[in-house]
Amino acid sequence: MAKYIGKRLLYMLISLWLIVTATFFLMKIAPGNPFASEKKLPPEIQANLNAHFGLDKPWYQQYTDYLMNVVTWDFGPSFKYKSQTVNDLISDGFPVSFILGLEAIFLAVAFGILFGVIAALKQNKWQDYTTMAIAVLGISVPSFIMATFLQYFLAIKLGVFPVARWESFMHTILPAIALAAGPMAYIARLTRSSMLEVLANDYIKTAKAKGLSSGVITVKHAMRNALLPVVTYLGPLTAGVLTGSFVIEKIFGIPGLGFHFVTSITNRDYTVIMGVTVFYSIILLVAILLVDIAYGIIDPRIKLAGGKKGE
Amino acid sequence: MKKRFSIFFSMLLVLSLFLAACGGGGDNADGGDKGDGKDVPQDLKVNINTEPPSLHPGLAQDSTSGTVLRNTMEGLTRIGPDNQPEKAMAEDWDISEDQKTYTFKIRDAKWSNEDPVTAQDFEKAWKWALDPENQSTYAYQLYYIEGAEAANLEGGSPDDIGVKAIDDKTLEVKLVNPTPYFLELTAFYTYLPFNSKIAEENAKWATDAGDDYTTNGPFHMTEWSHSDKIVLEKSSTYWDKEAVKLDTIEMVMINDPNTELSMFDNGELDWAGAPTGALPTDAMQALKDNGTLVTQAIAGIYNYKFNTTVEPLNNVNIRKALAHAINREELIANVLQGEQLPAMGIVPPTMFPENEKGHFPDNDIDAAKEFLNKGLEELNLKDPSDLPAIVLSYNTSEAHQKIAQAIQDMWSQNLGIEVTLDNAEWNVYLDKVDNMDYQVARLGWLGDFNDAMNFLEMYRDADGGNNSTGWEDPKFQELLSQSQTETNPDARQQLLKDAEKIFMDAMPVAPIYFYTNNWVQDEKLKDVFVSGLGDVQYKWAFFE
Amino acid sequence: MMQIPNDKFKVVGTHLSDTEKISKPSLSFWKDVFIRFRKNKLAVFGLILLAILIFMAIFGPYMTEYDYKMTDLTNKNQAPSAEHWFGTDDLGRDVFTRTWEGARISIFIGVAAALIDLFIGVAWGGIAGYKGGRTDELMMRGADILSGIPYLLLVILLMVVLGQSLGTMIIAMTITGWINMSRIVRGQVLMLKSQEYVLASKTLGASTSRIMSKHLIPNSMGPILVTMTLTVPSAIFTEAYLGFLGLGLTPPLASWGTMANDGLPALRYYPWRLFFPATFICLTIFAFNVVGDGLRDALDPRMRK
Repeated sequence: MAKYIGKRLLYMLISLWLIVTATFFLMKIAPGNPFASEKKLPPEIQANLNAHFGLDKPWYQQYTDYLMNVVTWDFGPSFKYKSQTVNDLISDGFPVSFILGLEAIFLAVAFGILFGVIAALKQNKWQDYTTMAIAVLGISVPSFIMATFLQYFLAIKLGVFPVARWESFMHTILPAIALAAGPMAYIARLTRSSMLEVLANDYIKTAKAKGLSSGVITVKHAMRNALLPVVTYLGPLTAGVLTGSFVIEKIFGIPGLGFHFVTSITNRDYTVIMGVTVFYSIILLVAILLVDIAYGIIDPRIKLAGGKKGE
Repeated sequence: MKKRFSIFFSMLLVLSLFLAACGGGGDNADGGDKGDGKDVPQDLKVNINTEPPSLHPGLAQDSTSGTVLRNTMEGLTRIGPDNQPEKAMAEDWDISEDQKTYTFKIRDAKWSNEDPVTAQDFEKAWKWALDPENQSTYAYQLYYIEGAEAANLEGGSPDDIGVKAIDDKTLEVKLVNPTPYFLELTAFYTYLPFNSKIAEENAKWATDAGDDYTTNGPFHMTEWSHSDKIVLEKSSTYWDKEAVKLDTIEMVMINDPNTELSMFDNGELDWAGAPTGALPTDAMQALKDNGTLVTQAIAGIYNYKFNTTVEPLNNVNIRKALAHAINREELIANVLQGEQLPAMGIVPPTMFPENEKGHFPDNDIDAAKEFLNKGLEELNLKDPSDLPAIVLSYNTSEAHQKIAQAIQDMWSQNLGIEVTLDNAEWNVYLDKVDNMDYQVARLGWLGDFNDAMNFLEMYRDADGGNNSTGWEDPKFQELLSQSQTETNPDARQQLLKDAEKIFMDAMPVAPIYFYTNNWVQDEKLKDVFVSGLGDVQYKWAFFE
Repeated sequence: MMQIPNDKFKVVGTHLSDTEKISKPSLSFWKDVFIRFRKNKLAVFGLILLAILIFMAIFGPYMTEYDYKMTDLTNKNQAPSAEHWFGTDDLGRDVFTRTWEGARISIFIGVAAALIDLFIGVAWGGIAGYKGGRTDELMMRGADILSGIPYLLLVILLMVVLGQSLGTMIIAMTITGWINMSRIVRGQVLMLKSQEYVLASKTLGASTSRIMSKHLIPNSMGPILVTMTLTVPSAIFTEAYLGFLGLGLTPPLASWGTMANDGLPALRYYPWRLFFPATFICLTIFAFNVVGDGLRDALDPRMRK
């Protein structure tokens, strides 16, 4: 196992390097520059800025500069938000996105699995239809519409929750629900479908024949195997949700990291683009590694890479 | 199995701790009732839309930063409620005969750390912005001062810049040309001073609220939670603190017009809409119907620029046909819905009052058709359908998109000209416009100061940064140059009007409308001052 | 031992009619699937719904006298009426016409993205999971790298290089869309390939492609279909989201996603502008979901009775 993880960590570094490289070149090819605005700067000032931020150097030099920034984890100041460094932006924004993401993942996983299991156990009964109807709604109503609905009905009409901002626990509930709805619905559908498949297997019949209670069968035998697709999905989901959602943060006025993912690109704020990309990629790669490790724990028959040869 | 459950539960525990932690932090958010029998609480809550990119006067270059700076710092002058510059840090000034030398007398004012405000603070602040080392993007706002441009761009010595502290309380400024609007400029944020003592000790004094962020204006910044909110409190050291009535101003950063209006409706904001935020267009009609919408004209224009270097837009008659075939009244009444003024001239009516009528009638289809036929003849074409489809470019935004679709339809129905829309992401768009890779493009212009020059100067040279039409005219250039040395205000105004006439005859730009600011506000909130340039000041504001 | 003479035995012969009664009618696989699908009432309903939606997408725009791009500013934001069945939008365009015009684009984008994701995702994930070892490592790390690159940046460049068109849009949808599918398939294949029947099949000398197509993929059909039905709405909304950032289709082209997006701020004032596109998106997704479930049940070999 240790050897496997070590190898994976090495791959991670290589992947990260490739991501940084690809991002760097995409960013350089994309039209525009960080100082563009409706009121154009005198060309001399523009040139002066380019020189100061090293944007006039040949590409290979800029590239190695960026690589050095990544290695030393010092991305420098933001071009747009001059009072903050990229590290500031990340350390201010990430905790907020993280808490919101955690709440959303908790909601999505708990209710998604619950609904999925109920639906599978009560296949073609009203419980199945109700939970799946909820799931279809969750999938087909995207987060931005969901967010606006929640805001309108629960905050403005009923006055139960505040409309927006990030101040107290009450402020976190609506955005967490809006963020969780889609993943919850997907998890519910995944769980139902794979539960149904697992329940049709012989070992479940054996367990039933042995006289085990249906609760034990569900939790110990069926769910264990049925959760594999859910776990697969959880990896990228976690990375995506923990690092923030642009749309939700915009609608609810939340000072998270998701906002910077999008605005840094539209602003061509090169240092921020690089910083948040590297940060996100690390979380993504770790999450995916954890998923792969979780495979082995959930289903011991799964051999991870490096197991048997010639397969 | 057991092990996994324990991990699960410990994660739950961690989660609930997190939730508890962030829940606990927010409870004191609205505890501010200082109502010990005293009258109404004077706490204002507004939305400033985004994080201000920089609160250093020399680095600020956007309206959000400007809003915070205008209320925390004070320049030599301040735009007063009558829209005229009034005495602020300068308690008096002398202007020389040739209108090129200004001598300011600085009043006995204090920074928030009790340091005196000195003439040196101004000199150093302006020279700081002009120092190319400091990457000030708005340094060009100071180019009216002698030697400023050279110091900023051509390696001129900072000692040659025409700003000098004669003593602690006297500041002498030498200008390149007589500049009738210079006292307005000194209220602009690039001309604000900073506490030079602090700045010498801590180069990063402006990156956060705290002891080093010293202010000399009506409010002092006590909290700057990046991308979240800024809190201002009434300054105890401000020279005119008797005039200041608000105790605190909380500036939140909500980047969504719908949310902003919802928060206002829910009592979470005292103000929604311009100049610091925006209102959703779909809400305009409802807000007008219930009588809460406030509208105020500002010095800004929304244009469709023509690329005069490509066919068929190099033909003046085709350009005129397009400009005449726009029904601005209808566009404003039904699409924009913000009581904007139809623009048939390039300088806002706040500067040229006769531009309320403009240089040609709105929606003049007959004239448009005549121009079109003349233009087609000159291009040796018979029918409008022989024209290649005209590409109308705009950058992404709901409003630009709606306007473009409406005008597309007007041109095709009134003139039979086919128009395709080209929607581009902001940076891609600017790149296109810069490289003249467009036919018709939307661009707006907001005045930095209240003078017609601000709206004409950009079209002086074809390769000027903000021209982007490829048009220039020696007569136009000549008139602008004359106006710069003319010391008689009326004669100067006339020269600029003549220049505008030449411009409108060539029509390198189809003006669409003059901007307005639209907002809703708490009924009890009084005396918030929004200037003719659309800048907001809370100095005199109070709750009834 | 007693001798029984042969003549005591009589040849009875086979009663052809009887045997035929007992035996199952010989059915092809697809016929079988069809019969089982037909029994699923909900799935059939979904299929009918889908047929109606597609019918309306084709003929709906011609049912009114209005053109989807014709603006009529004086009649903006009209509530549904006999003139305008679904009301008008903020430029006075007929929402009914635009809804069905939008159905064409949205359904097309959704289905095309789902199918492309399906092919690439299943092939990529299937091969990675089955081959395992270095191949798996290489293929999945490749997918990771692609999902690590900022998506917007990728799309901006796509639009700049290829121009804004429906084709570019589909590429933008699928360029990273297949990754989720491939991860799900790989996970399933990893789990399934060590199961007894696969091992048995392998021992009996079945080829890789046979094992994949006969065992691994059919048994992963559940999660595959669920993921696919998720791709449809996510493509519809990615299109709207990109439009929102200026990377979408050029107006006045309508799509459900952009209509919903435009209608969203109008929720409090002119709710029909959001209601109609949103409802039809829900109906479409519902139809795809129940049809998908029905198909899954019908395809599942274990459900064969």
